[in-house]
Amino acid sequence: MQEITGRIWVFGDNIDTDVITPGAYVDAPLEEMTMHVLESVCPDFPSRFEKGDIIVAGTNFGCGSSRETAPEALKALGVGVIIAGSFARIFFRNAVALGIPVLQVERSPLGFTQGDVIRVNIEEALVMNLTTGETIDGTPLYGDILDILRAGGIIPLMKDIVEKRKRP
Amino acid sequence: MCATMAEKILARASGLPEVHPGDHVTARPDFVMSGESLAGVWLRMMQAGVESVWDPDRIIVFLDHYSPAPSIRSAGIQKMVRDFVQHFGIGHFYGEHVGICHQALPELGFAAPGRLILGTDSHTTTYGAFGCAGTGIGYAEMAYVFLTGELWFRVPGTIKFVVTGRPGPHVLGKDIILHIAGLFSSEAAQYRSVEFHGPAMDALPLSSRMTMANMSVEIGAKFGLFVPDEAVFTYLKGRVRGGFEPVYPDPDADYEKVLEVDINGLLPQVARPPRVDDVVPVDNLDEISIDQAYIGSCTNGRLDDLAAAASILKGRKVHERVRLLVTPASYEVYKQAMARGILETIIDAGGCICHPGCGACFGGHMGILAPGETCISTTNRNFIGRMGSPDARIYLANPYVVAASAVAGRIVPPETWA
Repeated sequence: MQEITGRIWVFGDNIDTDVITPGAYVDAPLEEMTMHVLESVCPDFPSRFEKGDIIVAGTNFGCGSSRETAPEALKALGVGVIIAGSFARIFFRNAVALGIPVLQVERSPLGFTQGDVIRVNIEEALVMNLTTGETIDGTPLYGDILDILRAGGIIPLMKDIVEKRKRP
Repeated sequence: MCATMAEKILARASGLPEVHPGDHVTARPDFVMSGESLAGVWLRMMQAGVESVWDPDRIIVFLDHYSPAPSIRSAGIQKMVRDFVQHFGIGHFYGEHVGICHQALPELGFAAPGRLILGTDSHTTTYGAFGCAGTGIGYAEMAYVFLTGELWFRVPGTIKFVVTGRPGPHVLGKDIILHIAGLFSSEAAQYRSVEFHGPAMDALPLSSRMTMANMSVEIGAKFGLFVPDEAVFTYLKGRVRGGFEPVYPDPDADYEKVLEVDINGLLPQVARPPRVDDVVPVDNLDEISIDQAYIGSCTNGRLDDLAAAASILKGRKVHERVRLLVTPASYEVYKQAMARGILETIIDAGGCICHPGCGACFGGHMGILAPGETCISTTNRNFIGRMGSPDARIYLANPYVVAASAVAGRIVPPETWA
């Protein structure tokens, strides 16, 4: 997988899926839902987030509901990668399933400043803050998970299975 | 052998003699469950060109999040679910006729000791009360299960909670799990399985075990398991569908951590917004005036919960400034509560009985909060915007506390009305 470089948005600990995609919009079309992503903790996020931007967060990112709308809406906005002190289990799985690069880092990235530019190497589990020169090690992803991310998520893997079954 | 319950269930479901924490395995669930989320699952299936499901008789579908549909949008989602059920010949479709999935699925006999059940809802952990490993997944992963009948899992390490002591009056499983969240944080069991042991757990009624297993996910857990005992087997008699093989942890099971929790004299607990782990005894709260009191959800909408509320409300009136909403978790609960006069007590006190479902808990419908309002609720999350406006505040508590507070117009201990 290619290295990902982008401008960061910094969030604290325990950013839950109700904050990422509020319940009031989970039945809305994706375009409408993305207009409300993270707005309760960062009102200008939906309007100022640019494709390729990176989310940096503390611990327990994505806790709460299993709603896949949370990673789906972030993907639709074009998030480059999400790094966090830790991820809640279901969010982590959903992000991988949708092919969103995610990396848990070994120490808190909350010393990073909003707007810094960082480079993330998922394969080598390494984060470098290009603005400050600081680096943080990530927790290397297990092979299976890397394979899913390399494929672009499990939808392409499912397509492969469907195609294989069609062959005589 | 020195295996935990999670290791034994995942080994069996993966066809392996044994598994260890950190292993990645491919497991086959015994049943899978979905609700309105099924529309999202179908979209993923269409994206991948999936035109069949591996086993329609292992798929259980409820309509509980928007039931009955409050908007054209949610009606459209439910129509899509009904079309899916028809199109793929789904074996177990219950629509909106049984109640909230996590209450109804065990009532219908699907949750049995030793089984692995996946659901497109985070509170699928509830089935752990029956020694059944339940856990939540998303739409895309459920689509993958529909295609293949299997899914990858990282075998979790297990945290063993040993709970001892006799709690004070008006304490339910809700208070014990909130107390645990407060002591150990909302991340205490991140990516772990938890097992609840100890004399205080053996003594706990199934309704309270379900509350604790349900909220295990609020401390990050993948599974929240109780060791199956007579109470479970008695409950299953006449309900359980098909055979099952209970699993028990080995005496020398290799736990990642053993955490002792003494609940001797524990008082009813309250989680303050917006964190499930910001927990204090209700007696320690400052004066907090409320606008809405909510009793229901997969966490606390069971017969014991409604009976607890009614014991406080009997002969009293809900405060004039407060609306009390009560949602039985299922039709079975609804009918039992009706037969015992519990609903009449609630109605006479000025409470509003709502149709069984999840609506208010996740801010979908039927109990939405306005900006600036405060709610005391028996539900599971007090996150910003969870029940409606991001400018509303949610306190989590057990049904005794919620009922007592509804009468007082502010958050008070149940003893206020004793």
